[in-house]
Amino acid sequence: MYKYILRRLIQMIPVLLGATFIIFVMVYALPGDPTIGLCGERPCPAAFVAEFRDKHGLNDPFLVRYFTYMGNLLHGDLGTNFRDLAVVDELKLRYPTTAKLAGMAIVFETVIGIIAGVLAGIRKGRFIDNLVLVSTLFVISIPIFVIGVTLQYYFGLKYPIFPATVGSDVTYYKLLLPAFVLGSASIAYVARLTRTNLVENLRADYLRTATAKGLTRRRTLSVHALRNSLIPVVTFIGADFGGLLGGAIVTERIFNIQGVGGFLFTGIRNRDPVSVVGTVTVLVLVFLIANLLVDLLYGVLDPRISHD
Amino acid sequence: MTEASTIAVSAEAGQPVGGQADEGRSLASDAWRQLKGNPIFWVSVSLITLFVVMALVPQLFTNVDPGAAVLKEARAEPGADAWFGRDIQGYDIYSRTVYGARASILVGVFSTLATVVIGLVMGVLAGYYGGFLDTLVSRVTDIFFAIPLLLGGILFMSTFPNDQNTPYLVVVGKVVLVLSVFGWPSIARLMRSSVLQVKPNDYVQAARALGASPWRIIRSHVMPNALAPVIVVSTINLGVFITAEATLSFLGIGLTPPAVSWGVAISDALVAVRTYPHILLFPSLFLSLAVLAFIMLGDAVRDAFDPKSR
Amino acid sequence: MRGLTRTVTMVAGISTVALLAAACGGGSGDKATSSSAGGKAGGAVTVRGCNPQNPLIPSNTTETCGGNVLDAITAKLVHYNPETGAPENDIADKIDTTDNQNFTVTIKKGYKFQDGTEVKAKNFVDAWNYAAYGPNAQSSGYFMEPIEGFGDMQCAGTDAEDPCKGFTPKAKTLTGLAVKDDYTFTIKTTEKVSNMPVRLGYSAFSPLPDTFFSDPKAYGEKPVGAGPYKLDSWTKNTEIKLSKFADYSGKFGGKLDAITFKIYQDADAAYTDVQANNLDVTDEVPSSAMIDDKYKTDLPDRNAQKAVGVIQTITFAPVKVDPNYADPKIRQAISMAIDRPTIIKQIFNNTRQPATGWVSPVVDGYKANACGEYCTFDAAKAKAKLDEAGGFKGGKMTIAYNADASHKAWVEATCNSIKGALGVDCVATPVVDFSTFRGNIAAGKQKGMFRTGWQMDYPSIENFLAPIFKTGASSNDGKYSNPEFDKLLTEAAASTDAAQANQKYQEAEALLANDMPAIPMWYSTATFGWSDKVTGVKITAFGTIDFSSLALK
Repeated sequence: MYKYILRRLIQMIPVLLGATFIIFVMVYALPGDPTIGLCGERPCPAAFVAEFRDKHGLNDPFLVRYFTYMGNLLHGDLGTNFRDLAVVDELKLRYPTTAKLAGMAIVFETVIGIIAGVLAGIRKGRFIDNLVLVSTLFVISIPIFVIGVTLQYYFGLKYPIFPATVGSDVTYYKLLLPAFVLGSASIAYVARLTRTNLVENLRADYLRTATAKGLTRRRTLSVHALRNSLIPVVTFIGADFGGLLGGAIVTERIFNIQGVGGFLFTGIRNRDPVSVVGTVTVLVLVFLIANLLVDLLYGVLDPRISHD
Repeated sequence: MTEASTIAVSAEAGQPVGGQADEGRSLASDAWRQLKGNPIFWVSVSLITLFVVMALVPQLFTNVDPGAAVLKEARAEPGADAWFGRDIQGYDIYSRTVYGARASILVGVFSTLATVVIGLVMGVLAGYYGGFLDTLVSRVTDIFFAIPLLLGGILFMSTFPNDQNTPYLVVVGKVVLVLSVFGWPSIARLMRSSVLQVKPNDYVQAARALGASPWRIIRSHVMPNALAPVIVVSTINLGVFITAEATLSFLGIGLTPPAVSWGVAISDALVAVRTYPHILLFPSLFLSLAVLAFIMLGDAVRDAFDPKSR
Repeated sequence: MRGLTRTVTMVAGISTVALLAAACGGGSGDKATSSSAGGKAGGAVTVRGCNPQNPLIPSNTTETCGGNVLDAITAKLVHYNPETGAPENDIADKIDTTDNQNFTVTIKKGYKFQDGTEVKAKNFVDAWNYAAYGPNAQSSGYFMEPIEGFGDMQCAGTDAEDPCKGFTPKAKTLTGLAVKDDYTFTIKTTEKVSNMPVRLGYSAFSPLPDTFFSDPKAYGEKPVGAGPYKLDSWTKNTEIKLSKFADYSGKFGGKLDAITFKIYQDADAAYTDVQANNLDVTDEVPSSAMIDDKYKTDLPDRNAQKAVGVIQTITFAPVKVDPNYADPKIRQAISMAIDRPTIIKQIFNNTRQPATGWVSPVVDGYKANACGEYCTFDAAKAKAKLDEAGGFKGGKMTIAYNADASHKAWVEATCNSIKGALGVDCVATPVVDFSTFRGNIAAGKQKGMFRTGWQMDYPSIENFLAPIFKTGASSNDGKYSNPEFDKLLTEAAASTDAAQANQKYQEAEALLANDMPAIPMWYSTATFGWSDKVTGVKITAFGTIDFSSLALK
């Protein structure tokens, strides 16, 4: 078991290196000069540009910049960005907010998705099945920014049930609406995965055996069918966590949440590799750890799996 | 991605493939027989045909030029003059929606095809051969999986922006490319775990013992069993790709004029969502219908091809 | 200018109206005119802010986000009347000149910096020297350019990237500045400058306390000015808190005890917060609320509009970059093919005024109709003009814009209007973001037409002409050069009589109609919205909040 975890942790290193390298290359390759726009529509004075470039090492060749950055990273130094902010401080401030948001989104998609999926699965082909299909589909087919803006308008302003924006003092209550918006697209995935697997498992031999043994329908469903059906769902959610953290870009903007999404977007806009790569490194790390946890969870859901 | 998924998930996967026992009936003809009787299949096929025809020859549906703006009539409600009304620029929404099918369908279909092809190859390589190849492919998959689609999209589209001389197909192709590059890992993982589920089964071992080539084993044993989840996920992905294109447009980096798409129409309509929702409604409706059609088709095909659901 | 900054205008779709307000005139205002205001003294309000791009040093802040904050903190020699934009003496007791070249500035006694030290003549001279000195790399150092000795303080090294590398400028101070006594100093300019006193209200001309020079970096984090409000804390990306400066001795103080700039990524979110009473004032109403004047029903009696010193133009690429538009007749034809009133009505909901020239109506010296018939929509005349020029040879016309702000709608509508009138295909071409867009223009890679906007630095007709159209000027994107135009500008600057100077400037402006280096589109209007907690909300000619009249109900 520990050997397994250790092996997985070691495997994270190349993935982390690869992902940060790709991001670094892409930010580096962005056209446009980071100093343009710093002084409004008038070009900055040459001396200003030169000092800025020098301070942030923009004149160094790519590999020098990459290795300088990675060298600092090894010491736990995420660097300072173009606004002279230590990236690590920014992330400390912002990750908890986005993590809360993503966590709540996961709760939404899991609870609603599984309930919908189970309802659809045990009533396959009936009205409720079609209803779940159509409604999850409907959500999937609307871009997230439309959902966000619309829900914000109706439930934040017209009928002010929820706070319309989040702002700097973050509370769980304020995050309810944005979290629902963020998780909405994934609800459809969870529901469909649950349904598909449940339908398959309901036809399985071991369930027939369970029913034949005289177990109640509730027990066959919850203990046998559902538990097995949830394995792919758990995989999906583990993978989705990283996606949600990044996908928060749009949601955070609409609801004015001071999270990593906005930081990332600003970083790209400013051609600021230090901000972007730092954020993504943490993002990838969170993602990998989430996946490791998911794999460990398998063992709990399916006793046949062991990690020895 | 995981060692854990090595273990078969569904216990009953061990039973022999149903239809193959009967002589003279291939899996495909069997599936077709079942599909023919499925009304959902026909509904979705007709919808998809409709959208594909719309994408190929939009002139069949409207003779209004989608680029003809009547600014004085901007935001007009639906009426006899313009069936779906006019948008903020005074374009005929009906005509824009019909012409928008092309870009959206192209993006959706080609991104899905590309992700499925890359995903299948990578997944099978990793799952069937295992060992070092598995480690290598899995780590590469992880790298691309760890970079969120939207983030990759923003970066990619900012790095390779369009200008006024970029041809239409290149504009669309870039969006397809970026969605494929960052979209394939989910398929690859699914495929890999499906292969791993099927591989230890008796019938695969038997085929191997009989000297079947890896290609044959993959084609006739692994694929039919592993395709089901891939079809389910990729049909949903198709819808997601179409909406992802819209989100990229919303961020100002998706398709660019003169390309017309549902995504562009939706993001342009957003400023009027509180005042003139009909501008948003029609492109959204078409987008939803197209996504719905593809998912229903995927569902029907899955049921038909999945030997377990017989 | 105070640029249309990146941070606030990042997202197109639901994002902002094009106008982003400029700075200046923050902690100011004539109490006598705030009759509508009333409201009690004291209390705290929140206003929309955005992320400053640089540390908050007056001479290094050229964008609105930082500028809005600095203007509440600093006091300058003159301050602009929030209603009219006319300069009024603030720290200056008087600014005397007889020849527009030698100025004697006498400052009032008793003004204090927020660190307790008194504002003296030397604080101005030191601050301006610091701004002008090349190696200090101050982004608004060029405001000191008219002062004698500026050239000797600039870097002229051989390094292509960095002219300051291995180079020490000849002089460390401006020869044109001299301290006479604690409360008097003199300015000598290289050439005659008729509007020098008007310029001195720009924040780059703020005095700096002695503590600045020992540690500019610390100052940038916590700026110290002589204005009515002082900075208490700055939480990056979140909020900037100001409180009333008890020892402020000027006459442009405010009623409020505390002002908090809440930083938003997006104007829609700020607007939403104002509707929900979570934010007190927003200086931007998003375009989604502009349609059908929705904001007037969203915020009944809680909104206001005011014309501000901003003009939107479409500039032609330099002839060398794109010769297809070289003929002024083609340019005039395009201008006449644009139906400004309809675009303004349908896209901007009448929150713009059609431009009839290149100078904003809010400044002294404005003369209507400089552009004449060329800025009036007439499809038939436009087509005739194009035929006269022999048609358009370049295939299709393009208008480029930066896609990270909400320019798409109007650029597309403008193109459609041109297409309709001239029968030449016109494509609205997005460039991914502001940085790339400006980079392409600076590098001479942007062909065709592109959008340009200008927000005045100080309220003067000169500011709409010299920086944009003078040969070699810093914002001359179209590389326009006309010796006659340059000559008129020089003559105007030398004129000691204001009316005479304005007349020369107007003559220069009239020349632009013949050459059409840029097409005037419209003058901007700032639209504000506020919560039901506050009163006395006024918009300055720069589109900023007037903090002197703002109060709680």
